[in-house]
Amino acid sequence: MSMYKLGVIGDKDTVLAFKALGLSTFPVIDPEEAKSTLKKMVRENYAVIFITEQVAEKIIDTIKEYLENILPSIILIPGNQGSLGIGMKNVRSSVEKAIGVDILFESEGEEIEGR
Amino acid sequence: MEIRVNPTRMELTRLKKRLKVAQRGHKLLKDKQDELIKKFIDLVKKNKELREEVEKELTSAFNNFVMARAVMSGEILEESLMYPVGKVDIDIARKNIMSVITPVIKVKQQDEEQKKNIYSYGFANTSGELDNAINILSGILPKLLELAEVEKTCQLMAAEIEKTRRRVNALEHIMIPQMIEKIKYITMKLDENERGNLTRLMKIKEMVMVEGSV
Repeated sequence: MSMYKLGVIGDKDTVLAFKALGLSTFPVIDPEEAKSTLKKMVRENYAVIFITEQVAEKIIDTIKEYLENILPSIILIPGNQGSLGIGMKNVRSSVEKAIGVDILFESEGEEIEGR
Repeated sequence: MEIRVNPTRMELTRLKKRLKVAQRGHKLLKDKQDELIKKFIDLVKKNKELREEVEKELTSAFNNFVMARAVMSGEILEESLMYPVGKVDIDIARKNIMSVITPVIKVKQQDEEQKKNIYSYGFANTSGELDNAINILSGILPKLLELAEVEKTCQLMAAEIEKTRRRVNALEHIMIPQMIEKIKYITMKLDENERGNLTRLMKIKEMVMVEGSV
């Protein structure tokens, strides 16, 4: 028995693909639903929550609330409409937060912006 | 800046002690910050690489999936995936990196049988694209979990580094200069009192001598 669970939040089509792997899936449509689903999942001891960027974009504030907790680890993944680059942007922003300047992406900043 | 301290010897000793502690604390925190940043940079590089890989592979998996959806009817697709074969079990341990508690995610070992059979459906009604999609997806799951671990660690460390930096800066630019200023003020005041006292004594002595000679 494992106390920790894995879950995916996203649009119906994206979530379906993960269902095949045996992850718990939560298809959501509007941001409100996504927010309440996320909160419910945190309460229910989900350790890793994957959220598609398309959904995460609209509930970014709720996600940020959990940023400094050890669990859950909320990871943005590209949905089936492709990557929006938000996940990567978050990595950059944590670099900026820690070091003050963006040393990691400097050389290829353009490339990421242009995506 | 106004200085609000009692210019007494006791206060001076107290302040000197505090300054010493502050300076030592500052040095320790600075060391901690340097080490944290060193570790963070390594981690975040890994994070970036992992994310790039995962995003690329996920996109290709989804492309296949979308194709499968287009070729197959919705009902059949949903029916095929309704009962997943495997269940992913994870276990979380905690690791302490420079006093930052971070999660370590472990996938519980699946048995061989399960590993071989990742498809939850027969092949009769489904398209090859779906097989591809599922295949790629199950291949990247370990990577996804690794990403989850690394990215969370990075976020936690970034927060800790920011906190440490604030402390270091507060000590370096506010606490320590203020204390040095206060110590200087008290020393000056005490010296001033000393000189005042001396002149007074000399003056009194002079007066006494003048009176005595008369």
